[in-house]
Amino acid sequence: MSATNFIGQSVKRKEDYRFLTGEGTYTDDVVLPRQTHACFVRSPHAHAKIRKIAKDKALKAPGVVAIFTGEDIAAAKVGGLPCGWLITDVNGAPMKEPPHPVLAQGKVRYVGDHVAVVIAESIEQARDAADLLETDYEVLPAVVNASVARAQGAPVLHDIAPDNTCYVWGIGDKAAVDKAFASAHHVTTLEFVNNRLIPNAIEPRAANAQYSRSDESYTLYVANQNPHVERLLMTAFVLGLPEHKVRVVAPDVGGGFGSKIYLYAEDVVLTWAAKQVNRPVKWTAERAESFQSDAHGRDHVTRAELALDREGRFLGMRVMTTANVGAYLSTFASCVPTILYATLLAGQYTTPLIYCEVTAVFTNTAPVDAYRGAGRPEATYVVERLVETAAREMNLEPAEIRRRNFIRQFPYQTPVALQYDTGNYEATLAEAIQAADVAGFPGRKAEAAKRGKLRGLGYACYIEACGIAPSNIAGSLGARAGLFEAGEVRVHPTGKVTVFTGSHSHGQGHETTFAQVVASRLGIAVEDVDIVHGDTGKVLFGMGTYGSRSIAVGGTAIVKALDKIVAKGRKIAAHLLEASEADIEFTDGVFRVAGTDKQAPFAQVSLAAYVPHNYPLDKLEPGLNENAFYDPTNFTFPAGSYVCEVEVDPETGSTQIVNFTAVDDFGKIINPMIVEGQVHGGLVQGIGQALTEACVYDTDSGQLVTGSMQDYCVPRADDVPSFRIGTKETPCTHNPLGVKGCGEAGAIGSPAALINALTDALGVRDLEMPATPQRVWRAANKKAA
Amino acid sequence: MTVKVSMSVNGKPVSGEVEERTLLVSFIRETLRLTGTHVGCDTAQCGACTVVMDGRAVKSCNMLAMQAEGAELVTIEGIAEPDGTLHPMQEAFRQHHGLQCGFCTPGMVISAIDLLKNTPNPTEREIREQLDGNLCRCTGYHNIVKAIAAAAQTGGGVLRR
Repeated sequence: MSATNFIGQSVKRKEDYRFLTGEGTYTDDVVLPRQTHACFVRSPHAHAKIRKIAKDKALKAPGVVAIFTGEDIAAAKVGGLPCGWLITDVNGAPMKEPPHPVLAQGKVRYVGDHVAVVIAESIEQARDAADLLETDYEVLPAVVNASVARAQGAPVLHDIAPDNTCYVWGIGDKAAVDKAFASAHHVTTLEFVNNRLIPNAIEPRAANAQYSRSDESYTLYVANQNPHVERLLMTAFVLGLPEHKVRVVAPDVGGGFGSKIYLYAEDVVLTWAAKQVNRPVKWTAERAESFQSDAHGRDHVTRAELALDREGRFLGMRVMTTANVGAYLSTFASCVPTILYATLLAGQYTTPLIYCEVTAVFTNTAPVDAYRGAGRPEATYVVERLVETAAREMNLEPAEIRRRNFIRQFPYQTPVALQYDTGNYEATLAEAIQAADVAGFPGRKAEAAKRGKLRGLGYACYIEACGIAPSNIAGSLGARAGLFEAGEVRVHPTGKVTVFTGSHSHGQGHETTFAQVVASRLGIAVEDVDIVHGDTGKVLFGMGTYGSRSIAVGGTAIVKALDKIVAKGRKIAAHLLEASEADIEFTDGVFRVAGTDKQAPFAQVSLAAYVPHNYPLDKLEPGLNENAFYDPTNFTFPAGSYVCEVEVDPETGSTQIVNFTAVDDFGKIINPMIVEGQVHGGLVQGIGQALTEACVYDTDSGQLVTGSMQDYCVPRADDVPSFRIGTKETPCTHNPLGVKGCGEAGAIGSPAALINALTDALGVRDLEMPATPQRVWRAANKKAA
Repeated sequence: MTVKVSMSVNGKPVSGEVEERTLLVSFIRETLRLTGTHVGCDTAQCGACTVVMDGRAVKSCNMLAMQAEGAELVTIEGIAEPDGTLHPMQEAFRQHHGLQCGFCTPGMVISAIDLLKNTPNPTEREIREQLDGNLCRCTGYHNIVKAIAAAAQTGGGVLRR
């Protein structure tokens, strides 16, 4: 291996030192001169009319600078929050898009809905004054459950959707699917809930907005995954501000998992208010606010059917899903249960016919949007629970039924729009089976039985579509934005390099991984490359980080810019070495004239570009700085096989994960250490969904029952095991790095593997997530009875 | 009503006028501007606010600044050597990729040092059980557990101050 090839090496992270020593700069660490503090007054009711808001008492409280309500926002003609994806109903009509005001307009629709903002000299004063704001509500009946919301006589949230239905959307040939079912040898049917989750990044959302009268410009510091998208949505759709007058900075961000993709009401209100009070306005969510108002995830109710022939080959799949989108459409809410869900229902299999229908429903709950995996965990859960259940019903080995149906020829066109470029599903499954010692499972099960414990084994073979997306395809499916990425490579005169990327890192380690890519290509040290992200004032443009797209799209944009750097470097080197450009080779950081010992190191060429004394100025501009935009030609398709082994104590209902094996195919891997870390984190979020996490609203009052860390169970260290991790590398065929993305896989594959293992242990057909000790105990003891 | 509080933080005497209701974490972050100590949950569940007080790891979001009157505190800014050399626990987290977004990390590192002080050679089970007061949403704990086990061999339980 070349001394400067860092691809595939577990380089220690460049970002770690600052985080380990307390030198990170998160949004709440940003203090601006003369800053004020905001407290949002939120609805205590799930559904109510606002009769009156009296500010007088609160305005007189010490330190109060200003109070704004929905009336002030309306008078200033501040727009509502937009939804970035248009879904078309099966009847051809556009989805229902009710207004999404940044402060409530006459009505509140979920507990935590934004009613007013109190701005004061200190946060304590803002909170004290908020307590004095007099708000008179007429409480209305609330509905939190999607199927109840569709029933006759249910409370109506929005006038434009009298049946609370946002859209009914379908994909696939229903008649052909129905026909396949009619002639099937066996049909497996399951009905299940994909539980609502609350993302809970440990850093709460935060923002600090500043306005400058001198040039009428704004700066917004915000915990966000895509600062350019935040700016675009806010300037073009909500506040009508000139885009070049707004700088959005997303500094160190303490985890996102999707919840920091969106343009939130608070961000808009603070930016608008900063001009009104002519001082910076800062807000950091309390955890209770995070629970109430961060976009939630999942919340599907699904009836799924799989038709099989006598040999267990899949003939067709029929899936009917009701998706709860909450009270308003969050930024990408509409595409998650449709485009990012139903298109993944082929899984790793050759199922020739698939029909899926999704009904999206408004309820008096927090908006639901993309959360780690976003649609793909829900799809994987449908497919892999069906497949495992079918295998048991037909007395086939769960691994065998999968092998009989694996896709083996690529590219493969699924019946649900996607075309997989490459994959090797049998190999990941074989490796997972070996690593998990499936052969030894019967012995372990028998040993556990002697101790009165129930052991079970479950598989999940997931696929995901990452690297979202070719813009033209996304556009044809309803996306209201492009989905490319931008990168800039700035070579300094000394040959050191600063790279600007539109991807945002909030734990993923881009500052290291991207530097490895750049250093390898330019033949320089990783330390000689710095990655800059998260600032619209520095980075040329970007679509941000979500859908495991950073390396596949953002990384490729950087590679494209590097191509231009090397191409220009060859021209400069040809001049310096008095050779023909065609004869110049570039390897290991040195430009050489092929077949000679004449050479010019990268740093010499860089210097020549900035000190152009001996330089072809008649043909070439000085300087060495290039940028590129990259729009992918297809999604990438990471896939993997997970094997989970659990042991249940039927006395207590407690579940112990005794072995969890994950073998993933992420294509080419740049930094194995970072990739494994992404898998670990994803697995635990998926295990959280399957075992411990559930967002619960009271069905009568609409109050959020799981509104704190004491009530909502984010997995702790002793809830989860260590993992056995393996990887297969089937390079992606359509990007130069051969990469696919790895950020969400763990959360996508693990819930199905875990519930498959638990149902195996308990000998039951189904078990609702989260499989709490209570549910597990009931299942274990119902069977015994 | 404000009160004066005085304490030692990272070996230096500090004092400040605070409201009686001011939390210790607010005093550390807002008054002293030591922003490495984080607030994640406000309810003493996540541990991002963990600091060392008189030799014990405590959650600074769960006590008043007044309660630390006269105490000796060490925050994440005081863990490494004065020349910037990382503490063995910090180094172990770096070597084993025990951090991703970094937000829980200061509290996690301080709790981990305390863990090894109390249990010098912990088993994996003991590490996991004693990490119960610190939440991490990124790493899945796998590499944090590895880092702490490794730091047990390199003096990770000894605090310089």
